[in-house]
Parts: sequence; structure tokens; C-alpha cells
Amino acid sequence: MKRSHNFTCIVCPMSCQIELIEEDDKILEVRGNGCKRGEEYVTEEFTNPVRMLTTTIPVQEGRIAMLPVRSERPVPKNLLRRCMKELSKVRVKAPVRCGDIIYENILDTGVSIISSRDLSIGNYSEFR
Amino acid sequence: MIEVDVAIIGGGPAGLASAMKACEEGVKDILIIERGMELGGILLQCIHDGFGTFIFEETLTGPEYAQRYIDEVKKTGINVKLNTMVLEIDSAKRIIAVNQEDGLLEIEAKAIILSMGCRERTRAQILIPGDRPSGIYTAGVAQRYINIEGVIPGKKVVILGSGDIGMIMARRFTLEGAKVEGVYEVMSNPGGLTRNVVQCVEDYEIPLHLSHTITNIRGRRRVEGVTVAKVDSEMRPIKDTERFVPCDTVILSVGLIPENELSKSADVGMDPITNGPIVDEQMQTSVPGIFACGNVVHVHDLVDDVSKVAEVAGRGAAEYIDGKLKKRRSPIKVKAGRNVKYVVPQIIHGEKFDEDIRFYLRVKEIEKSVKTVVLADGERIFEKKIKIVKPPEMVKLDISPDILNRITGDELIIDVEGEEDEEKS
Repeated sequence: MKRSHNFTCIVCPMSCQIELIEEDDKILEVRGNGCKRGEEYVTEEFTNPVRMLTTTIPVQEGRIAMLPVRSERPVPKNLLRRCMKELSKVRVKAPVRCGDIIYENILDTGVSIISSRDLSIGNYSEFR
Repeated sequence: MIEVDVAIIGGGPAGLASAMKACEEGVKDILIIERGMELGGILLQCIHDGFGTFIFEETLTGPEYAQRYIDEVKKTGINVKLNTMVLEIDSAKRIIAVNQEDGLLEIEAKAIILSMGCRERTRAQILIPGDRPSGIYTAGVAQRYINIEGVIPGKKVVILGSGDIGMIMARRFTLEGAKVEGVYEVMSNPGGLTRNVVQCVEDYEIPLHLSHTITNIRGRRRVEGVTVAKVDSEMRPIKDTERFVPCDTVILSVGLIPENELSKSADVGMDPITNGPIVDEQMQTSVPGIFACGNVVHVHDLVDDVSKVAEVAGRGAAEYIDGKLKKRRSPIKVKAGRNVKYVVPQIIHGEKFDEDIRFYLRVKEIEKSVKTVVLADGERIFEKKIKIVKPPEMVKLDISPDILNRITGDELIIDVEGEEDEEKS
């Protein structure tokens, strides 16, 4: 069965409204894109949409209460919530360096979660 | 009395980049004064990615972007005073500041760089009627609670305003398990970048209600809900479209204002449209030796632009101290023309221009297939076609010296011309 999917292209500020038509996951047509990059964008968005995951992890004995972390690379969009659930169990202890691996190979995606900043030892409550 | 060459007020992205540039240009005695407990400013709570695509050609989170500059600053002899609040600056470049360690500080600087950033507009500034319960936060405050303090301020959230921070917080609340009932935007178009509409709102199926506003907040101790309504073309709420949305939290993302109390105490000339200091092409204000850069001048969309312009200010301050700053001839005023809300820098100097000047402008309305035109004495000295202009996305124009040196007269006008205007001309 032929199906149509609508996307807003975010490659440039034009924000083209692009329609992708597929049949059994095979892309038949892309229309509405102002340029080639728009076609590439919706093809990627349809076949394998990925997003960066950024969140925070509680830190023990740190200067601040939470450590900002991110995925090294984008992860599949449909796994974002499950990644969050997995990371909700994680705790780290200061000190941490920017780029340290906080959680390896999350949900077997091959992507690790890394620290976004240096965080030295301290007593956060003193600063509250 | 402490004497320094360059004092930098604020250790966010603008302060850090200007300090680094002044240092590279040979300034010995630089002091960054920061009221927070660490350098980095608001970037530290902006844990999402998307920073640095121009400066570092990779996409970084806010803390990572800040870390790059902090690491550089640490390698230099730049002095930093944290937890220090500047209370006053005068036009003789004397600074009064206070902290717990030193008590009251008097600092005399040869040059000052203002990099205080901006703050959020609050409920008081947009006049939402109703009760005054707890549970009403600006988006940046909620962002700080969640990302720094580790506290979720609510479970059922209504967001007013579709600026970037509002949409980013919609995603953040959702990922942390809160329910975002909707994002309400009074304008007929989203207030933030399209990237954020797609990746923060549409990805999570959060309803975005354009041409809507909150007309009442209800709650005794805690927010119990809000009344929302559609607005007409004049942005007046339409009475019979009102409906009640239960929620326990209201997040306001209704604009940013440059934070200029200190600029005013130094008698720096202000632009009533940007709410920031009037600056020239070297980011010098109307007070010689006082420079300004970043969101204190006007609110930028991208931190990369802030860093870039902060370098201009840092170099300007270094040249001012050396007495090498361009001799000021009578200034050329840069005026906002058709469909242009403002242009920065507002004035340019120079007997002879020897490098590009980047003009930043914000348009009033969305328009497709336009031409930006620079007019000097009625003559079109520069034209550039742009596919689309939108108020949330700043337009940047780099104008080369050979064009700048053709300027006669004391005024430039920058227009955004639509297709129709072109046909007429």
C-alpha cells in the first residue's frame, strides 16, 4: 500500500514541507524539496531517524548536583526514551573529566554516553 | 584600589572569548568578574547540543562549548574573580564590586568589556491575569532546576511561548517523565528555530498551538490550571475560544532582555530597539574605552556569533589601550530600513576601511525571495539575494572594504526588499 509522510526540512531556514511517498518501505517519490539536500534529509529521516541524546546524571561529592552528559553520536530516535530509562539508574562520583565515558554501549547501539564537562570534587550544598 | 588593563564584566561565552582575544593581542593584565560560582554563564545549563557548528565545526553541548574556552583561559594569565557581583561602573571606568572574600572592591580599568548577557522576561512583563500560586517559572529557571540542581519543578506542564528555550524545555520535561500539555504561542509562527520545532516539539508529539495565549492562571497554593484562548490578528484574545487546561506548572518562554543596568550607570548610549548599548564596528560604546559584546548588545540566536563578535570587542579593547584604535571621524549612522527591526553595529567609523564589517540584522516579518540592499546617499552599494528571512533567524551581512570605502555621506540604510518592490523599481 502506498503511504505518504510529511516532513519539515531542517537543513536550512527555508523549512521546506516535504512529502515522501513509499510503498512497503520502498521510497517511490520525494516532493516539495527545494534542493537535493532536502531529499537526502527526508530519506534519512524516513529510513533511519537518529537524534543526539543529552541529559543529566546525579553526581556524588561534586561541585554541582548534576553532570550533563550526551551520546557520543546520534542514537536511533525510537530508542531515546529507553536510553533515558537506562540512564536513570546511573550515578557517578566526582571528579569527572569532559569526555569521560559514563555508560558504555547503551542498549547495544554501539554508542557510549560521555560527560559534557569537567566536574571537580566539592560540596554542592554549600553553594545552594 | 585594584588597577587592571581590561576588566570584563561577566564570564559567559562573550566574556570568555573577548578575554582570550585581548590576551592574544598582548594585553597583560586582564580580569574577568563573574557573579556565578564558575565560568561559562548560561551555557552550563544548556545541556542540549547544537553549539559550535561554526566556530568548532562540530556540534557540542553548552557545557562542552564553555569548557573549550575555560580550558584556554586557564592556560593564560587571565585573572578571574568568581562569586563577585559588580554593583556599579562609571564613565571614568571605575568599577565597584563585592564578594564574600574581599568585601567591597574598587577596580580601575583602562578598558572595560561589558558582557553581562541577558535575562528572561517574566509574567510581570507580559501581564498575565489571575492568581499568584507557586509553579510559575521562566524557562531558564526551570532549566536550571532540572539540569543543575536536579529537581523537576512539575509534572503537568503548560508552556507559553515557542522561543528556543521554551521548546527545548518542552523536550527536557518530556524526557524526564513530565507531561507537557502544550506549547502556546501568541504569534502565528513559532518563535524559535525550525530545528527546535521539529526535534523538540514534533518528535515528542507535543501540541503546538499558534495564535494562542494564556488569559488566566488559576490556583490557590499551587497552579491548578490555565485558561487559554485563540487570539485575533491584533493579538487580542477571542472570548468564546477560551478553554481551561489543568496543569501544575506554567513555563514562560516569552523573550529575553539585554541586562544593562551597569551600562546605564556608565552613561553608555542605548538603542531603544535592541535595549542594548549602541556600538560601532569595533564594539565600542559611546563611552571611549567601554566595549560591549554578546547578548548584552542584542539577543543572538547562536553562541557562535556571540564568540565571534566578542573577539572583535577583545581586539578593540587591546587596540584602545595601545592607542591604536582608529581615529574617530564623524560617525556614519547605520539605519534599519524596510522590514528591518534593527541593525548592529549602529554606527561605523574609520577614515579608510581595511577589513570586512559584519552587520547583524533582524527582520520584522517573514518574507520569501528577498534582497538585502545597502544604500548610501541613495546609491545601492551592496545587494544580496536571500531565499527567506524570518524574525527568529538573524541575517548576517559581510560587507567588504572596497564597498565600504565607496560610502559618501553620514548615513547607511539597510533594506530588505521583497519581490514586488523590485518589480516596481
